[in-house]
Amino acid sequence: MQAPVNHIVGLTSIIRERLLPIEGTVLARLNQKVSPNDVIAEANWAREHVLLDVARTLQISPDAADRIIKCKVDDHLAASTEVAAGRGLFPRSVTAPRDGKVVVVGGGQVLMEVGETKIELRAGIPGTIIEIIPNRGAVIQTAGSLVQGIWGNGRIDSGSLVNIAEKPDGVLTVNRLDVSLRGSILLACMVQDAETLKAAAELPVRGLILSSLSPSLIQLAREVRVPIMVTDGFGSLPMNSAAFKLLSTNAKRDVTLNAEVYDRYSGARPEVIIQLPISSNPPMPNATETFAPGLQVRMRRPPALGMIGSIVSLPSGLTMLPSGLRAPSAEVKLENGEIIIAPLVNLEVVG
Amino acid sequence: MPASLIDGNSLLAVDVGAANTRAVLFDVVEGEYRFIASGTAPSTAEAPVKDVSEGVRDAITNLQAIVGKPMLDANGGLITPSQANGSGVDAMVVTLSAGPTIRTVVVGLLKDVSLESARRLTESTYARIVETIGMNDQRRPDQQIDSVLRARPDLVVITGGTDGGASRSIQKLLEPIGLASFLLPKEKRPAVLFAGNEKISAEVKTLVGSLAASLHFSPNVRPSLETEDLEPAERELARMVVNIRKHQIKGVDVLDLWSGGHILPTAYATGRMVRFLSKVYGAKKGLLSVDIGASATVISAGFKNNSTLNVYPQFGLGENLSALLYYTTLEDILRWSPLDIPTSVLRDYLYQKSLYPSSIAATKEDLAMSQAVARQALYLAMQSARRDFPRGIASIKPTLTPLFEPILAGGATLSSASHPGQGLLLLLDSLQPVGVTTVILDQNNLLPLLGAAASQNNLLPVQVIESGAFLSVGTVVSPVVSAAYGTPILRAKLTYESGVEARVELKYGSLELLPLATGESGKLAIQCLRGADVGFGPGRGSTITVSGGALGVVFDGRGRPLDLPTDAVRRHELIKKWNWTLGGE
Repeated sequence: MQAPVNHIVGLTSIIRERLLPIEGTVLARLNQKVSPNDVIAEANWAREHVLLDVARTLQISPDAADRIIKCKVDDHLAASTEVAAGRGLFPRSVTAPRDGKVVVVGGGQVLMEVGETKIELRAGIPGTIIEIIPNRGAVIQTAGSLVQGIWGNGRIDSGSLVNIAEKPDGVLTVNRLDVSLRGSILLACMVQDAETLKAAAELPVRGLILSSLSPSLIQLAREVRVPIMVTDGFGSLPMNSAAFKLLSTNAKRDVTLNAEVYDRYSGARPEVIIQLPISSNPPMPNATETFAPGLQVRMRRPPALGMIGSIVSLPSGLTMLPSGLRAPSAEVKLENGEIIIAPLVNLEVVG
Repeated sequence: MPASLIDGNSLLAVDVGAANTRAVLFDVVEGEYRFIASGTAPSTAEAPVKDVSEGVRDAITNLQAIVGKPMLDANGGLITPSQANGSGVDAMVVTLSAGPTIRTVVVGLLKDVSLESARRLTESTYARIVETIGMNDQRRPDQQIDSVLRARPDLVVITGGTDGGASRSIQKLLEPIGLASFLLPKEKRPAVLFAGNEKISAEVKTLVGSLAASLHFSPNVRPSLETEDLEPAERELARMVVNIRKHQIKGVDVLDLWSGGHILPTAYATGRMVRFLSKVYGAKKGLLSVDIGASATVISAGFKNNSTLNVYPQFGLGENLSALLYYTTLEDILRWSPLDIPTSVLRDYLYQKSLYPSSIAATKEDLAMSQAVARQALYLAMQSARRDFPRGIASIKPTLTPLFEPILAGGATLSSASHPGQGLLLLLDSLQPVGVTTVILDQNNLLPLLGAAASQNNLLPVQVIESGAFLSVGTVVSPVVSAAYGTPILRAKLTYESGVEARVELKYGSLELLPLATGESGKLAIQCLRGADVGFGPGRGSTITVSGGALGVVFDGRGRPLDLPTDAVRRHELIKKWNWTLGGE
């Protein structure tokens, strides 16, 4: 049976596509070396639209209105620019209410885009541009350590990694936060109260790597401007030993935290990337594996939720579980030496 | 290999679910169609595979290993038709429920008329309404355009206007839809279904036709103010959903090719089968089908001249689970649990399970939570679906579940239950049936596949159903009565075919069981006490023929609506006792 893989790898090649949400201009060049904060593409995006009903305002037919409309598609109009003027002794006119661009003209109406803002797409990770995707973005390659998580709040930043948790089940509290941590990405494991999240965001730190997050803090975590990645689950779970070991041994290095929102269909996942110097490109990790004895796995459901173990054997057929359900299962030896039976659908390979 | 497997018209039916993909083989055995076997594999719509055809090949490979009949060639292609050497199949059908919930904008004139029909139509598939535009909408057209753009719809359903009735109002509502579609990049434009006033089809084509990803027409869902006819629009919508999935999910086009276009959304195929069964076997009572799946909970009910199909992605047990708390509370879910579980643990469970929809309960505590969640999801789905049941259907009390015969139930939660009593108790708690009904478990989840097969072969569904491919759990007798706990409310005598008699006295608040094996029938004489009503009128009994099943005849005297004790310790004791009565631990 194919096994899903959660990447926690000490040294690997990492290739990531970075795309604008809409079409725009790509600024990066092929083979360009980029830093996480480099802008590689940009686009203009209008937040709102304004529909000017010229025919109705001037009380004329749509065809008549079309004949007197002075603007055309793609015209940029400043606020108060006259769009059409009626006739008569006291002619009425229609003007652009705000600065904007004309996107549709017809049927006696004018539709404008207004409130335009610029979207900047940053590289997100340090590396080399290996492909340009016209009008949308680029593909970046780097090499280093990779730790993937299961939840992210959609933000991205980079900074120096500080291990403030000290142990996998450490709890970050407000009194542990001080100005010396400003600009750092914190390996913090658990956060159990809103005050701590708010204080970290206000400091501000550049990111939080958590083992688990209380569901009651999810909304706040989505709102804060600091990237937050969760490695193991919801509630009060310690960080799995593989992720904690890799991250804690890389403390004080510059890391990129891309807390991308997990998307099961596209495969986008939040991740920490730690660029390392290399002489040749290391191999890419496998996207899937086949369950086999010796593979390192992580428990996705109880018992031993979040713990790392290795597959001892794969009994044939269906195995009766303590719940009474029967499913294809594996015998897994946990790090504490305990051997448990776990259904294969509750396991993911770590590597 | 039996000759029938070679000579008959074999049919491979594949169901691609959110969590699992199943391949089922039907073939002719001794002159009649039979369910032969099924193979299962994890679905592969999601990353990293992102191609549903891979999971289908895995499921067919597992099926091949069971039946010893090659169905895939060396390149992973389907062998069709059946070959002289016994390999291959003659035909294939596919049902599909995998994929993200379809984001839908509904447009109609009046809130309680066309918009209500649009809502019902949208609920017949795996869709969620993300924006509503109606005649009484106070927003400016440009605000409506921005709302549609923000909603990022995959689908727009437009209803409104009786045939020959209002046309200008509906045309006005189309403008923001057309303009919003124009502003979207071509690859992100929604498919549009127009199911309103047929007289304005030409104008709809002009206003929206070139701007939508595709424009579809169906007969008006409201040909007159008093009449609603969703069936033709549901059929068109089912076709559109498959097309939307072809764009969203790789591999659907391969399945479309293999099946010669015989691919349907799973819920629609179930609804089709329920309509068919209620016409064939239709009696005074309705026919109910429930399916608790990872992608959605589906309720389909068939009545003599009417049927309803409601798909609730929000009550699915997969990726949408973390949003269940928008519709219910942790306390309401935990009322079904036999174990004392803190609300915080349940909340963590909901979020964790939504991350890994295909994961299963390995511990007793996890199972208690998953069963409690399934009960509440099905309970909420049934409460919602009841709003759409037609008026005047057979019932004991209008506020209670109508009378159904039989109740068909499917979905992994039920089919993987460790014993039939576990599944039955879940159904009794959440559906709260009344009167006398037969409960049938679709343990191989065949119903939608038979619905899809009906388009290829109308003999196959009938013969497979009558072959015993479904598990009869038993006959359930649920009196409606007000009484004090422990008061006798019903006496019954079951006379077996052998002439042996068994008796039971049902007390209010309890469950009782009289064994009656599958395939056997018996005469059940019911005497109602204290005005109890099992469908013959208050206090009136009767003697009826009942058929057996895995559990026999089950008497549910726990009251309707089911009122669980507020004291947690007492409630846990009772739930354990009920579970034990029905064969659990």
